[in-house]
Amino acid sequence: MNEKNNRILVNGNHAVAYGVKLAQPQVVPIYPITPQTPIVEKISEFQAAGEMVVELVTAESEHSAMAACITASLTGARVFTATASQGLMLMHEMLHYASGARAPIVMFNVNRTIGSPWGFWPDQTDSLAQRDTGWIHYYCEHGQESLDTVLQAYRVAEKVMLPAMVMHEAFYVSHALDIVEVPAQKDVDQYLPAFNPLHRLDPEIGESWGNTVNQEMFYRHRRDLGLAMESVIDVAQEADTEWQELTGRGYGIIEKYRCDDAELVIVTMGSMVGTARDAVDNLRMEGVPVGLLKVKLFRPFPTEAVRQALMSVPKVMVLDRNFAPGTGGFLHQELKAALYGVDDGPGVHGYLTGVGGTNISPNNIAALVREAMSTTPIASSVWKG
Amino acid sequence: MGYQINEEKVFNSGHAACPGCSEALAMRYIVNTLGPDTIGVVPPSCIAIISGPQPLSSMRMPVYQTTLEASAASATGIARALKAKGNDHTKVVAIAGDGGTYDIGFQSLSSAAERNEDFIYICLDNEGYMNTGAQKSSSTPYLAYTASTPAGKPTPKKNLAEIMAAHRIPYMATATTGYPEDLARKVAKAKGIRGLRFIVVLTPCLDGWGLADNAGPKVSRLAVETGVFPLYEVENGEHYTLNYGSKGTPINQYLSLQKRYRHLNQAQIEEIQIEVDNNWQRLHRKFST
Ligand SMILES: Cc1ncc(C[n+]2csc(CCOP(=O)(O)OP(=O)(O)O)c2C)c(N)n1
Ligand code: SF4
Ligand SMILES: [Mg+2]
Repeated sequence: MNEKNNRILVNGNHAVAYGVKLAQPQVVPIYPITPQTPIVEKISEFQAAGEMVVELVTAESEHSAMAACITASLTGARVFTATASQGLMLMHEMLHYASGARAPIVMFNVNRTIGSPWGFWPDQTDSLAQRDTGWIHYYCEHGQESLDTVLQAYRVAEKVMLPAMVMHEAFYVSHALDIVEVPAQKDVDQYLPAFNPLHRLDPEIGESWGNTVNQEMFYRHRRDLGLAMESVIDVAQEADTEWQELTGRGYGIIEKYRCDDAELVIVTMGSMVGTARDAVDNLRMEGVPVGLLKVKLFRPFPTEAVRQALMSVPKVMVLDRNFAPGTGGFLHQELKAALYGVDDGPGVHGYLTGVGGTNISPNNIAALVREAMSTTPIASSVWKG
Repeated sequence: MGYQINEEKVFNSGHAACPGCSEALAMRYIVNTLGPDTIGVVPPSCIAIISGPQPLSSMRMPVYQTTLEASAASATGIARALKAKGNDHTKVVAIAGDGGTYDIGFQSLSSAAERNEDFIYICLDNEGYMNTGAQKSSSTPYLAYTASTPAGKPTPKKNLAEIMAAHRIPYMATATTGYPEDLARKVAKAKGIRGLRFIVVLTPCLDGWGLADNAGPKVSRLAVETGVFPLYEVENGEHYTLNYGSKGTPINQYLSLQKRYRHLNQAQIEEIQIEVDNNWQRLHRKFST
């Protein structure tokens, strides 16, 4: 095996585990949940085989797993955990606690429907419902991107001191086999320096965290958190550029695909991006001027980049595999907000597609493009199966 | 026992506890015995208030304030990170109330005990949610008045000491502030052991129990002498040692100092006496083995 070119056939979750292994976290609290479990199982195997030196904490719940992640991080250890669906829901309180504590945890969440009723299907509502918790959010399209993004996420999180969650979808990505290139450890070590935070829980330093503060201090703390979040746009862009220089693979914080002269641009995230790429290729072959905008970094929302990309496009069609009752598709909401005030900006169609994990094919998307091109958008999201 | 309390000054005056609070007294003996090479974990409780508002701190050691249900998980994270970093000297202590221990935090505590995580967990047990205005917890005793059991709690106190012993952790002890040497000795003993060490400290609350400002120590001693709260240690879930047990003092001497029991009639007092006697008998059998 060539050290620089270690190509392996693995599913999306195992690709994540290889990324985690390269990041060399010191503490990994874990709790199983389908379809995330293969990630932590693989990490446990790496540890048992001596390929990873890590404190694994077999917690009794995701809530405790996240609680342990926060303090381990504040004690100066690099940490990782993974979850999905109900597990992420149970963590909710601690997600806010983590960002408040400025703990640069990296977590992988495999997007899965939230009960009730029970389901195991790809749907991004679980993580999107955590969009206001102060975490950096990345959405990935395939296993290679997930592996690469885990390492980028550490780099960004530890630079801005905010936690980051990286997502791919249940089964479509988590359990699909693909050829993945595993970077060399020495390259990763150069990209991701050891984690040595200035502030930490250490009797020699004597600093505490979490004590009651007054209103003024709370205000300053929230404002600083917001400033750190804003800085992520540039830091994430730089982290991706350097990753590309190192490995030849870059993704951008957004990606424009065949957007030149497009009359309509599809905007989506996660596994739907791959399907939409096929739809765009097919439509372009037929002469339909359509493009695609992939949103990879969702928090902070890359408002400026999205505005630049869509400013002169007549129409936008957002595809949401997620749903917020009362407001519609999450990405649709974000897009409308991002484009607010753009002079002569695009009309924005919002379609709820694949919610609950229903299958959406390139042909389905092509049909939606035709419909969107010939109709006037309405403000709310529309159910499209 | 002849134990000499040996304090390093980690806990300081000027904290925000009610004057005469037993929790503050307990914290003094705990952290002054552990010394400054310690990292503390404190959930919401009177303990958190006593720890002090930022940027002040009553303790000269790092303290992480966590969420109500996560003390044991938070302590786990610190202990594991220290281990990962090769630090084998810094102690980790979680100091939580009974609400944060018997109730909402029990799941994470039980799991940490099962994993035998390397930290000390101390429950300051004032038998209710005092920081939120004295509501019942599962540690509140039978028939005690609280803001959420105005007619008296209809069920008995959960026996957490025995539940923790049943986890077969290396060390479990009960203590109370009326016996400071015993408390400090137990903390010192716990400090010298590895794995999950658990101490439940009965800390009479002036406000929640309806006590005179100076009654804390006296009520604490009566809790032991009446057999309500025997002081004992259990090693590895098996080896029981009695430190201070019932002297057969009638229960009414304990109850009558506390306004939370003033609604009781004679029959109810007798009922409590029988319950206390039965509990003491049951526990006492374990010491003879
Ligand atoms: C999840 C959550 N629910 C409720 C609360 C409110 N709360 C704060 S302190 C407290 C009571 C704690 O009681 P205990 O642990 O016995 O400590 P004490 O105040 O008696 O010292 C409660 C319910 C909280 N902080 N977090
Ligand atoms: S309410 Fe009770 S436990 Fe809380 S500070 Fe006052 S006396 Fe202490
Ligand atoms: Mg209490």
